[in-house]
Amino acid sequence: MKGLISLIVGIIFSIGLAYSGMTQPHIVRGFLDFFGNWDPRLVGVMGGAILVHGISYYFIKKRTSPLLHTTFHLPTKKDIDSRLIMGALIFGLGWGWAGICPGPGIVSMVTGEPAFFYFIGSMLIGMKTFQILERRKSL
Amino acid sequence: MESVIGGMLIGAAVSIMLLFNGRITGISGIVSGLLDTKTLDKNWRILFLLGLIIGGFVFKLVHPQSFTLISNAKTMDFIIAGFLVGFGTLMGNGCTSGHGVCGISRMSIRSITATVSFIAAGAVSVVLFKLLRGSL
Repeated sequence: MKGLISLIVGIIFSIGLAYSGMTQPHIVRGFLDFFGNWDPRLVGVMGGAILVHGISYYFIKKRTSPLLHTTFHLPTKKDIDSRLIMGALIFGLGWGWAGICPGPGIVSMVTGEPAFFYFIGSMLIGMKTFQILERRKSL
Repeated sequence: MESVIGGMLIGAAVSIMLLFNGRITGISGIVSGLLDTKTLDKNWRILFLLGLIIGGFVFKLVHPQSFTLISNAKTMDFIIAGFLVGFGTLMGNGCTSGHGVCGISRMSIRSITATVSFIAAGAVSVVLFKLLRGSL
């Protein structure tokens, strides 16, 4: 049942991404192009998403547990460390360079366009690289 | 208007995930969990990604214009960008979905900080790209 919910959430999420324009890198980079021909559409996407989830979160957090699971898996970290900011900055550089972030990159693979396969393949290598470095550090 | 409606669908999707499964819908975290041998709960992650692909396929049939790729980026650019996105999202514990949508909705200070940071870096990146390649 939890798997079915995940599948349905994935379907709704990808339709939302595509319909909102986030699967078109020029719309994403248009938003980041503050000193050029600025495109406000990403503000609408994030605003719409935060409006809906901000309200739903207010009600969901009153529950002691989710409907199909024993506990909520919410992030527990509260501190702002250099790792958070460095990571976000590195991500942002990559995001602006191609106009693609993980969700839209994966959804856009349905076009068969090689660019998205290069992007996602390389993204997985970047993730694995970080995981290996992390593991080495903790040993 | 399409952007707001699409955004609301994204908000509804992450709300369903939290209400039923108690999970944050952060794409980078869901994907990286599959790369880590220590992760035990792989099923929901795989099914979520399968949902993304199915939704994309179906929506492309009815609305192919949503998948227009207009970019001056070359193959190498997509490879460089992908690596930075993969590395950076794990280092910073999240991407546009986990921090930008889920985190901000929870009013998380960490997520607000991360979102401001990646938007600022994205803006710098776009400026650099235009300098190097002439146009986006």
